[in-house]
Amino acid sequence: MAESFALTEATYYILLSLVSPRHGYGIMQLTEELSGGRVHLAAGTLYGALNALSAKGWIIQLPAEDDSRRKEYRLTEKGLQALKSEVARLRELADNGDRILLEE
Amino acid sequence: MENRITIRKWFWVWSFEKEEDWLNEMAMNGWVLDSVSYCTYHFVRCEPGEYSVRLEMHPYDEAYLSFMRETGAEYVGRMMMWIYFRKKTADGPFDLFSDIDSRIRHLEKIGRVLAGIGGANLAIGMANTFSPARLGWINLLAATLLMYALGRIHGKKEALEKERALHE
Repeated sequence: MAESFALTEATYYILLSLVSPRHGYGIMQLTEELSGGRVHLAAGTLYGALNALSAKGWIIQLPAEDDSRRKEYRLTEKGLQALKSEVARLRELADNGDRILLEE
Repeated sequence: MENRITIRKWFWVWSFEKEEDWLNEMAMNGWVLDSVSYCTYHFVRCEPGEYSVRLEMHPYDEAYLSFMRETGAEYVGRMMMWIYFRKKTADGPFDLFSDIDSRIRHLEKIGRVLAGIGGANLAIGMANTFSPARLGWINLLAATLLMYALGRIHGKKEALEKERALHE
């Protein structure tokens, strides 16, 4: 992966939520649930992040089936790769933390 | 008993957090923001603490408003570039920004608007300084004030950027 910088927690949980299609409110709920209530995504933050991730080509907005339906988003192949490399990076951080702290 | 009140009040652009605090105090006292117009706030009766109120600089955008409605927030109205929302406290916490990055981006957005209006006033003021009407000083004064506001907003942004150097 060319992009090796860290994702924000918000971006990480948004990408994780969009492995299957979800609308905005669904992303907020799943993020709270996965993090045990620790990570809360505010609506304005989420909206900005969804636009930025769409512009980057990491997620796409799914065509609405009818006008009343809420807009759903899903991860693209590029987004999935970014998410996987972030999981590997986080694992390295956590593994190193465990290894060095357990030596103490 | 009155069920509606109207209050005229002025807030400088760099005091938007104070404005929000004031609106939430009003809600705590049983008056929730119901509509806004230029420097004028209209309130209706509510249960004390029934609502949280938030405001944000954001261009009018129907897609954003419907996104906000999906999350349970209610669009109250807009005044110049600011939009106002309220949400029942029973429906969960209500924030517009939950990380430093998006707070910084919000301040940058305010900064761009101030720089744009300030720059326009500076140009008009300079052009009018040499015109017979001699009213250019009004624009130059406005430009000075807008640049001061820009400085205040920039200061807030720098404080957040320092914080971000250590954590998200």
